[in-house]
Amino acid sequence: MWVDWFLALRILRDGRMQTLLITSGVAAGVTVMVFLSSLMTGLEVSLLKKTLGTQAHVVVRPAEERARPLLGDEVVRRVEATAQRTRSIDGWQQLLAALDAEAGVAAASPSATAPVFAVRGNGTEAVVVKGVVLDRFARVIDLTDHMVAGALTVADRGAVIGVGLAGKLGVTVGDRLRLQAADGTSELFDVRGLFDLGNKAANDVWVLVALRDAQTLLALTGGVSSIELRMPELFAAEALAARLRGRTGLEVESWMAANTELLTALRSQASSSAVIQAFVILAVAIGIASVLVVSVIQRSREIGILRAMGMSRGRITRVFLLQGGLVGVGGSLLGSGLGAALAVGFGKAVTDASGGPLLPIVLDAQLFLTASAVATATGLLAALLPARRAARLDPATAIRNA
Amino acid sequence: MPDPVLELRGVIKEFGEAVVTRVLHGIDMRIERGEFVAMIGPSGSGKSTVLNLVGLLDRPTAGEVWVLGERSDRLDDDGLTQLRARSLGFVFQFHHLIGALSAGENVMMALAADQPRLTREMRRRSLEALTEVGLADRVDEDPRRLSGGQQQRVAIARALVRRPPLVLADEPTGNLDTRTAEEIFTLMRRVNKEQGIAFLIVTHDPRIAERCDRVVEIVDGRIVDGRIVDGPPR
Ligand SMILES: Nc1ncnc2c1ncn2[C@@H]1O[C@H](COP(=O)(O)OP(=O)(O)OP(=O)(O)O)[C@@H](O)[C@H]1O
Ligand SMILES: [Mg+2]
Repeated sequence: MWVDWFLALRILRDGRMQTLLITSGVAAGVTVMVFLSSLMTGLEVSLLKKTLGTQAHVVVRPAEERARPLLGDEVVRRVEATAQRTRSIDGWQQLLAALDAEAGVAAASPSATAPVFAVRGNGTEAVVVKGVVLDRFARVIDLTDHMVAGALTVADRGAVIGVGLAGKLGVTVGDRLRLQAADGTSELFDVRGLFDLGNKAANDVWVLVALRDAQTLLALTGGVSSIELRMPELFAAEALAARLRGRTGLEVESWMAANTELLTALRSQASSSAVIQAFVILAVAIGIASVLVVSVIQRSREIGILRAMGMSRGRITRVFLLQGGLVGVGGSLLGSGLGAALAVGFGKAVTDASGGPLLPIVLDAQLFLTASAVATATGLLAALLPARRAARLDPATAIRNA
Repeated sequence: MPDPVLELRGVIKEFGEAVVTRVLHGIDMRIERGEFVAMIGPSGSGKSTVLNLVGLLDRPTAGEVWVLGERSDRLDDDGLTQLRARSLGFVFQFHHLIGALSAGENVMMALAADQPRLTREMRRRSLEALTEVGLADRVDEDPRRLSGGQQQRVAIARALVRRPPLVLADEPTGNLDTRTAEEIFTLMRRVNKEQGIAFLIVTHDPRIAERCDRVVEIVDGRIVDGRIVDGPPR
């Protein structure tokens, strides 16, 4: 066995109470870190999931309409008509192909989207028709896992609508639904499936139809009003948006720009949790350092003896550093277990109205590794001062002042 | 010419910075291999100070300290530490065992001091050293649970386990009753005879001093006598 380890372990064993005390201190610190982090991650994940469940990460739209000089009645009428009509992205097929090949883009879905009316019997509801290529769209917004009735298909003038809208209109799978555009054009659709995206806005308003059908309804022959993107790297959305904006001159909006408040909330939450954790670490470090300093003072004479027996300053330093490190590792193991138990318990105890968990508790290995690394480093750093103090002891004085 | 394990040449030691007190005023002293030397003198005369300098735990203000042919002021702290591990054993008045270690581990630490790892061989040799002082059955004992005499015997085993050329003992029997003191002295004398290990023993006990090869007397930081006594009386 290594002599340094042997001595460190023996001294820790000898100072049972002190060892127990500082190990519990570290454990408490790690518990707080694990618990807080898993809670914060859980909160972030659930908020993002709620927000991005019905939102593309990046949306590309036609460039802002520039005001044109008005040349006469006829022209005015034409311009007004254009403004009312949904505008299309020029050359969207080429753009789509380019986006498919773009690095950092997982899926791209062109859509013809516009507000229309849904009419059923006497009821009329303002809705948003989304004409999409369904297998592309389903890769941007996860519909497949959220179908509650019927099938996810829009072939042959089919439509897939939200459960909210279905309730309001009193329609279900197999019923027919009339959509009426602003210019009066209307088309009949068969309701093929119902989805529940867990978001009222989408559930109450979206009507998904085939791209061609929407193009006809909206008089958008061959055009699309937006291209929606999904990315594997969520937080790279704004960078990609900026890149695309510069390259295409189109209006490109990332989910980050569309949800600045959410982002600010998440960031301030993360930073307040970081501040709490930093103070916890500081308190733990001070605890370890003060207990070890006391241990060094109590053992001054013994340290002097070890030096007289021929142990180097380096060895004495290492023995006390190791104690700090070992306490850090021990506390990490204890604290990881405790923190995980606490987080899981909390996740089970705090539930929403339906009894499901309010927050998904996210416990990833990375979190434990980080917390343990931080705790061990804290132990080592905290032991630095006592260790140097021990190594600097003058053996003659230490032995004399027994 | 005998081969000295220790030589002091004009050693001066001062303490303090603002108020400087000279404790040793030029000590010259030699100890040959296998010699058994007593150092006596009144309290405060500087005996422990000499022992600390000889033990390489402290450095002289002026003069030279030679241990096994090496001059202490030419060595840095690690050099002194290594020389200490190699050539010196210590026995202090209050035994000074490490409470966190068992009796056997205390002895073993002398062997492990300058080694990276503990070995079976070290374990064997420390048991052997404890056997020599009659404590083989206490190898796993907490030293705090041993009697004063037993603790001092463990300390002697620890000082001897490396077979150092020189053992320094600061009042090794000062804290013990007469009978136990006699046992400890006899033990050290036997080791000296059998293994040729030199001893420098600080003592206040004249009955111990008179049975040493030689007595060095220090008064007020000066050596006043270097008489040679003819071995222990039988
Ligand atoms: N580190 C120190 N700082 C200041 N003064 C010291 C120091 N060490 C020793 N002295 C002084 O040096 C003198 C000699 O001390 P030393 O301990 O060597 O005496 P001693 O002969 O061993 O006495 P005793 O028989 O009582 O053990 C004393 O006056 C003591 O106060
Ligand atoms: Mg003394």
